[in-house]
Amino acid sequence: MDIRIWTYILVGLSFGLYIGIAIWTRARSTGDFYVAGTGVPKIANGMATGADWMSAASFISMAGMISFMGRDGSVYLMGLTGGFVLLALLLAPYLRRFGKFTVPDFIGDRYASRTARLVAIACAILVSFTYIAGQMRGVGVVFSRFLEIPVEGGVVIGMVIVLFYSVLGGMKGITYTQVAQYCVLIFAYMVPAIFISLMLTGNPIPQFGLAADLKDGSAGLVENLDRLSQELGFAPYTSGTKPMTDVFAIALVLMVGTAGLPHVIVRFYTVKKVSDARGSAFWALLFIAILYTTAPAVSVFARTNLLQAVSNTAYVELPSWFKQWEKSGLIAWVDKDGDGTVRYDASGPAIEKHPGTTKVAPVFAPPSSKETRGASGERLLLNPPSASTNELYVDPDIIVLANPEIASLPAWVVGLVAAGGLAAALSTAAGLLLVISTSVAHDLVKRTLRPSLTEKGELALARLSAGVAVIIAGYFGVNPPGFVVQVVAFAFGLAASSFFPAIVLGIFSKRVNWQGAVSGMVAGMLFTLTYIWYFCFGFFGVQGDPSQYLFGISPEGIGSIGMLINFAVTLVVSRFTGKPSAEIEMLVERVRLPRAAFGDGDAGPTVH
Amino acid sequence: MKQLPSEEAKRAYWRKNLIWLTVLLSIWFIVSYGCGILFVDQLDRFYLPGTRLKLGFWFAQQGSVCAFVLIIAAYAGIMNRLDRQLLKGTSGEGRENS
Repeated sequence: MDIRIWTYILVGLSFGLYIGIAIWTRARSTGDFYVAGTGVPKIANGMATGADWMSAASFISMAGMISFMGRDGSVYLMGLTGGFVLLALLLAPYLRRFGKFTVPDFIGDRYASRTARLVAIACAILVSFTYIAGQMRGVGVVFSRFLEIPVEGGVVIGMVIVLFYSVLGGMKGITYTQVAQYCVLIFAYMVPAIFISLMLTGNPIPQFGLAADLKDGSAGLVENLDRLSQELGFAPYTSGTKPMTDVFAIALVLMVGTAGLPHVIVRFYTVKKVSDARGSAFWALLFIAILYTTAPAVSVFARTNLLQAVSNTAYVELPSWFKQWEKSGLIAWVDKDGDGTVRYDASGPAIEKHPGTTKVAPVFAPPSSKETRGASGERLLLNPPSASTNELYVDPDIIVLANPEIASLPAWVVGLVAAGGLAAALSTAAGLLLVISTSVAHDLVKRTLRPSLTEKGELALARLSAGVAVIIAGYFGVNPPGFVVQVVAFAFGLAASSFFPAIVLGIFSKRVNWQGAVSGMVAGMLFTLTYIWYFCFGFFGVQGDPSQYLFGISPEGIGSIGMLINFAVTLVVSRFTGKPSAEIEMLVERVRLPRAAFGDGDAGPTVH
Repeated sequence: MKQLPSEEAKRAYWRKNLIWLTVLLSIWFIVSYGCGILFVDQLDRFYLPGTRLKLGFWFAQQGSVCAFVLIIAAYAGIMNRLDRQLLKGTSGEGRENS
């Protein structure tokens, strides 16, 4: 059977599974809908958290980005997993003990302030929307690459599936679907990695493959890659090129941003007890670490393959995967010197932007044009060639997507990778969708605007807002704003500079009050937004250039400074304004200690 | 007659919690920012024992992630023990983790 049929079968089966689970576990109350009735076992919750948290980008793009960035790519590995430590140690157990549904709930109650709650709701919705648009786009991209369905069609299919099981199942449905999605995605990631590791190093465990020697024992795998890179004029793979302060700031923003992502935090509300919240944080990171320790190995394997198999090879002798992925535009070659051989070096991008497009990506000659193939049989590009000697364009996404073919694996493995990419995108999208619908139905309407809303009405409203949210997200998936990278920087920067300090100080300080928290959140967020805006878009036509960076920190990492500003402003303002009430002090006390320490029948930390 | 933990026991519980947090977050900082970013070049002069992989590079790409998993495991274990100690002999015994 060919690749396409296998892909249809595997993707179809996985979708059937998700829908089956959603029907079987559908939500009957708001408790079910928001937090799965707090009855999720900790290992299952760990898996669900893993799937929730690993987005389309983790699955499809991360290994590729590391592959091209070398050691500088480590910030993604460390930053994203390191944030989990902050989440598990500083936030999750306390928020679970607090025991309401959402982050705005905690901020609103802890600071006894409607303003603080509204600011938190706005942040939650903004962060979630920027993220979910990327996931819908990811679904569309997987569909278009594997099944040759247009991106728009793929986004619509993804919308329908997510809508179906999140609206019906709520958190309960999503949780058990995510467990299934974790299994699909990790299996899909590991199978090609295992085979490539065997091929290059003879070690069946890809995690160990990173530190292994080449099969012939002549050199270490990474040592060999350093040498290959240098021969072609690239910096050694293990050396860094970014300034250390910037790397430090980006890692920090990713860590703190991860810890502040509302769709991950809410997962810890779904377990029975605080000890289960701690336990499931451990399981979640363990499940995530399986993928995150494989990714750097996959990056090295793929980079080695690329340099060995493609560079200085005649186009006609290239392996078949090259031509396969040339079709979908993930890889392209311009024969600048007309020698029929692929020249890949560090002299810069091979092609310029095609007029009218926003980023450097190959635009192929349409089938109607006179010539679609060059002298060697390569697809001709409409992009103007750049001045560099480099002839090869490679999209980082190819590293994971083409892995099975590079390792000459059977067709069903390719289908599996497609199903895995979709699982990663759908699970994250569903989690985010739930945060948006909860924020609207519960935080905004029930707790702030119309407390008289019945449970039934709230549930209907939650479902309705999930529906509206998915349509908006789908719209942005089809028409992505031309600045996707900056948007992701926004999401992490915002979460880091707004939520994180407000929650941490709310737990660890009794003195911090609403005036402090609100001014801190506003100051941190405004600073971060202004900085990103100035360097990415500019004000009144004046745009910053990298020489003006504060301490050499790029917009990607500036959320870390925003976070420090937030902490400082919150503490200073709180010092000069009134102490929080005794009730709030008691609330903090109860969030800190096991509930049983206050006796039987204790209602737990609530403000009466 | 079982009783609730004293104010003193509660304060001690929170103090121990903070001490452990400081210890574990220091380790978190050392393995990631320390070994993976600030001192990565110095560590790259050494190799991961038994392999030909530079140590700093390994910390940045795999070592720190492994350490993070262990940190959370240690935290979960320590806190469960502290919970039990606090609630020993109180009416909360047996449902200490709620």
